[in-house]
Amino acid sequence: MSDLYNVSSSPHVRSKDTTSRIMLYVLIALLPAALFGIYNFGFRALLLIVLTIASCIVSEYLFNLVTKRKQTIYDLSAVVTGLLLALNLPPTLPWWMAILGGAFAIVVVKCLFGGLGQNFMNPALGARCFLLLSFTGPMTTFANSRYYISQGMDAVSSATPLAALKAGQGVNTMDMLIGRIPGTIGETSVIAILIGAIFLILMGVIDLRIPGTYIVTFVIFVLLFGGHGFDWNYVVAQLCGGGIMLGAFFMATDYVTSPITPMGKIIFGIVLGILTGIFRIFGASAEGVSYAIIFSNLLVPLIERISIPRPFGKGGER
Amino acid sequence: MNKNLERVYNGLIKETPTFILMLGMCPTLAVTTSAINGVGMGLSTTVVLILSNMLISMLRKIIPDKVRVPAFIVIVASFVTIVQFLVQGFIPSLYASLGIYIPLIVVNCIILGRAESYASKNPIVPSIFDGVGMGLGFTFGLTCIGVVREIIGAGTVFNVKMTELREMMGTGGGTAVGIVILLAGVLLIAWGAFSLKKKGTAPVKIVAVAVGIVLALLAVVALLGSHYTPVTLIGLAPGAFFVLAVLVAIMNMVRESAEKKGRPLPAAQGCLGGDCSSCGQSAACGQAKAVEKKDEA
Repeated sequence: MSDLYNVSSSPHVRSKDTTSRIMLYVLIALLPAALFGIYNFGFRALLLIVLTIASCIVSEYLFNLVTKRKQTIYDLSAVVTGLLLALNLPPTLPWWMAILGGAFAIVVVKCLFGGLGQNFMNPALGARCFLLLSFTGPMTTFANSRYYISQGMDAVSSATPLAALKAGQGVNTMDMLIGRIPGTIGETSVIAILIGAIFLILMGVIDLRIPGTYIVTFVIFVLLFGGHGFDWNYVVAQLCGGGIMLGAFFMATDYVTSPITPMGKIIFGIVLGILTGIFRIFGASAEGVSYAIIFSNLLVPLIERISIPRPFGKGGER
Repeated sequence: MNKNLERVYNGLIKETPTFILMLGMCPTLAVTTSAINGVGMGLSTTVVLILSNMLISMLRKIIPDKVRVPAFIVIVASFVTIVQFLVQGFIPSLYASLGIYIPLIVVNCIILGRAESYASKNPIVPSIFDGVGMGLGFTFGLTCIGVVREIIGAGTVFNVKMTELREMMGTGGGTAVGIVILLAGVLLIAWGAFSLKKKGTAPVKIVAVAVGIVLALLAVVALLGSHYTPVTLIGLAPGAFFVLAVLVAIMNMVRESAEKKGRPLPAAQGCLGGDCSSCGQSAACGQAKAVEKKDEA
């Protein structure tokens, strides 16, 4: 090799991080939530998870084949997208909708815009919103959880605690923390999600700026506008219900669709918190995390533009 | 061919506004939520187009060149107002679903475009037929898109449920008719797609492919019957963009292959009539780059 290729002086930081390694960490971190979902909702949840992941991998493979691009399925990002999407689906969803959603996430939201790194919106959430708008009925019917059935509730489907909260009913926050409640496959157990999130933070895959500001802003918003005053029970129920935990730690922190500047991350989190609060409290439906995240994804280029750090030594220059 | 007939053929097939000239995209996106809306919008526009082409052609020697655009707009706006009141008076349901888009016919680029490029330079009778052709071509485009969005988004066509349509024909008969229509659609698509590489006018084949796609979709949904779950999103606003994106992608492929063979299609006239120099988006727009390339050549 010629000396021309030796560009450097200075100490260099070498990192073992590759795309597939980071994706592997995310997959490991999602495992507790996925396993709890399978325990909670049974075989049907496992089937949906497998089908959605398979659909994502196959559609990425086929897209690359048809458009004669480099094969990218080995970077594991399609697997992560598939798993995230599956965790965002209700366990009773017809199987073909899950497959359609996976294909939509990969082909329309990711690959058509140039593949990983070029997508302007989180593929899993884009697909979830596509399914939610297209098949509103099946997407908002939630199977009863194993625990509630064992407690003698024989209804096949049930309202999520968040919907019950919106309707002004009381909820059991302990059940919500553990996750033995109806909901989408992966969103129910706050504990399982937090185990994964702590793993990701310890491994240095995500930092706390986005989820931290997101959750703090959301709590402040709920305290101010929730109409329940300083009722901590209500606040905890809002935090543990729905997809806010899964969204804050696993989807808002997606490298491609979140700001890279430190200040930008904080702005991003605040926007997310306010939007989620508006959708949940003033919106027609009980949940709004996925819309809040894809809306904020669209704002990322603007947020980055106003939050570029000033280079060292550039003083007052602009 | 008779000059008048040639005008109708030109508007309906050779320079179909929606598919080839890419004109009038705003109403195309906004009102094609169902087939009936597409037909209603298309026919309203046709009426305005015929009348305004006629009057502008009559006045073409009187209108001073410098103020021609305001003059055209006044003429078009008068006819739009007449059509608006007529629709409101006689078809209130259509008026309710088209809403603001009827008054917005005034700024539909097809109408001003035809006034500028045809009616203001040609005699009355051909101008009328130009209006007929362009209007029907626009109606055809809107109806095709409307039918596709309605089938996918609601499982109906012209508000008739596909399942009912099938029951009307009886179980066996319905299936047979469905399969025949499906085959017809697939054959049309195949003929259009494969013979594009051979001689003959490309626009006819594009229209054939469009009709083929509509027929095939109709048949598939009818054959699935009650197993079909409508994809509601396609009927909502984002659906228009999906359908349009697919459409533009297909048209770009056709355009490219036509240019390779040295028989280019008529240029797309959307966005300021192909003049990209004054457009803020031109840096990011594929169309602008194509125009630039053509200018250099």
